[in-house]
Amino acid sequence: MGKILMKGNEAIGEAAIRAGCLNYFAYPITPQSEVAEYLSRRMPEVGGVFLQGESEVAVGYMLFGAAGCGERVFTTSSSPGISLMSEAISYISAAELPVVFVNIVRGGPGLGGILPSQADYFQATKGGGHGDYHLLVMAPASVQEAVEMVMAAFPLAEKYRNPVMILGDGLIGQMMEPVEFSDRLISKPTNKDDWATNGMDTRKRNARNLVKSLFLDAVQLEEHNLALKAKYDRMKQEEVRYETYNIDSDFQALIVSYGTMSRVCKTAIDNMKAEGFETAMIRPQTLFPFPVQPIRQAASKDGCEAVISFELSMGQMVEDVERSVQGKRPVYWHGKAGGEIPTPEEVVDAVKSFVKTK
Amino acid sequence: MAKTYRKPEALADQPTHYCPGCTHGVIHRLLAEVIDELGIRGRTVGIAPVGCAVLAYNYFTFDFQEAAHGRAPAMATGIKRVRPDLMVFTYQGDGDLASIGMAEIIHAANRGEKFTTIFVNNTVYGMTGGQMAPTTLPGQRTTTSPGGRNVQDVGMPVKIAELLSALQTPAYITRQTVLKPKYIVRAKKAIKKAFQYQMDGRCFSLVEFVSTCPTNWGKTPVEAIQWAEENMLPYYPLGEFKLPD
Repeated sequence: MGKILMKGNEAIGEAAIRAGCLNYFAYPITPQSEVAEYLSRRMPEVGGVFLQGESEVAVGYMLFGAAGCGERVFTTSSSPGISLMSEAISYISAAELPVVFVNIVRGGPGLGGILPSQADYFQATKGGGHGDYHLLVMAPASVQEAVEMVMAAFPLAEKYRNPVMILGDGLIGQMMEPVEFSDRLISKPTNKDDWATNGMDTRKRNARNLVKSLFLDAVQLEEHNLALKAKYDRMKQEEVRYETYNIDSDFQALIVSYGTMSRVCKTAIDNMKAEGFETAMIRPQTLFPFPVQPIRQAASKDGCEAVISFELSMGQMVEDVERSVQGKRPVYWHGKAGGEIPTPEEVVDAVKSFVKTK
Repeated sequence: MAKTYRKPEALADQPTHYCPGCTHGVIHRLLAEVIDELGIRGRTVGIAPVGCAVLAYNYFTFDFQEAAHGRAPAMATGIKRVRPDLMVFTYQGDGDLASIGMAEIIHAANRGEKFTTIFVNNTVYGMTGGQMAPTTLPGQRTTTSPGGRNVQDVGMPVKIAELLSALQTPAYITRQTVLKPKYIVRAKKAIKKAFQYQMDGRCFSLVEFVSTCPTNWGKTPVEAIQWAEENMLPYYPLGEFKLPD
């Protein structure tokens, strides 16, 4: 199949269908309502389920119920909607259900705005809901990568029995780019009979399944949390994904940036290179687990004077960059949070302001 | 010797944590009997609420999911939409359904989701220690209405069966009780009817139960039953409020 021009939000909806996810529950919110509009047409065509819930709170639990039966299910929303779903995300994480969430982030806090933002980094990677849990968080930098991440998200969610979040931004959702859908089949999990409430009649063993999150006994709750932690630790070992840019150069500054912001940084790096000023970038593709070691290694390289986190927020990822660099180099932040995206020139000026040797 | 009374297969063989005089136990048994009689244990999924019945899944022998406070109807929606062949019911109290979960129950009912809700109304938040609920009767003392429910301040109690039967879509809305044997027989018929409508692919069904909470009411089991009959039944009349068209 060749490339077609598609809006990010629609491509995300199509990617889920191609991944074999035929169940979608959602509530409209700008800037991602096109996913629901697209799937309200497409799901009936493929015999799937489309339901517009009464609120994001309810949608979160529709996902819980559907995933609890062992069925592939996903939703899309944007920042304020994800806040409302965060209650369910905590329960879904606790009950270890595979659900895929797409957050096309808009500016906050509160109603904020409807323009692109990366201000939900903390919410996505550090919690959002209550209790000790983590989502596996992936951040696409193009419509094509959004498609690939959505398709990868379902088997990952099922491998870990853990929710996966695709953290996009308004630009990824609203932009049109050429995309190609691969025809590869994504196999369904085979172990759901061990845990899903899909009805005892459908299973070989004659025992009922429970999907729950309550552990009144202190020892049992401790064991549950230790098992969850072991899962997150395994993600840190096996699922870190990142891309490097100009990393083999004798760079004086290391940029860390993801999503839409990283594309601007790439242009800035090219422009600086043309002037004879070398900079490099690590672009986390997974925000949890975070590429701690690659950033530490690159920052430690001789000649690297500064590490700069560029973000469409007031400085959230920079905290993970700091803990990666461990004080080996000075770490700076530069960003915007109103919905405007820094220009390559602004990135160049910021980099130069942080680097002493020019 | 013939055994004429036995534990339903759908009911687990273990004592419950419910207080003496609480009606949850009787309602659990009726549910289990209906599930046995309809032969649906192997394709039934129950949803336990937050509240006294949070551990209800310990007392049944089929698949269960455990909900957050008030969200059971949204979970039932998710299950039934992706697996219409399953028989699904939510089991909810009045703090759960009539307060924090009001949005979820109204919209699930109005969409005509094809599951059944068992709604146990005992006028208080039981598990958290007897606080005032939307269903607490006027003047009734609770731990958060120590002077009695002041309707000038917090309004009149919500009548869920009447409220939901104002919607056009739901199939079957009824209010029952298990305070006396004669009511129990009728209540079981109502549960069976609700499940039968679900099996037939009809819309949403709800059976409300006028119930007791001797512990939080500060009464003996017998006093609690008398109080419920004298005070709850006049305000929460029994009957069928909506039948399928």
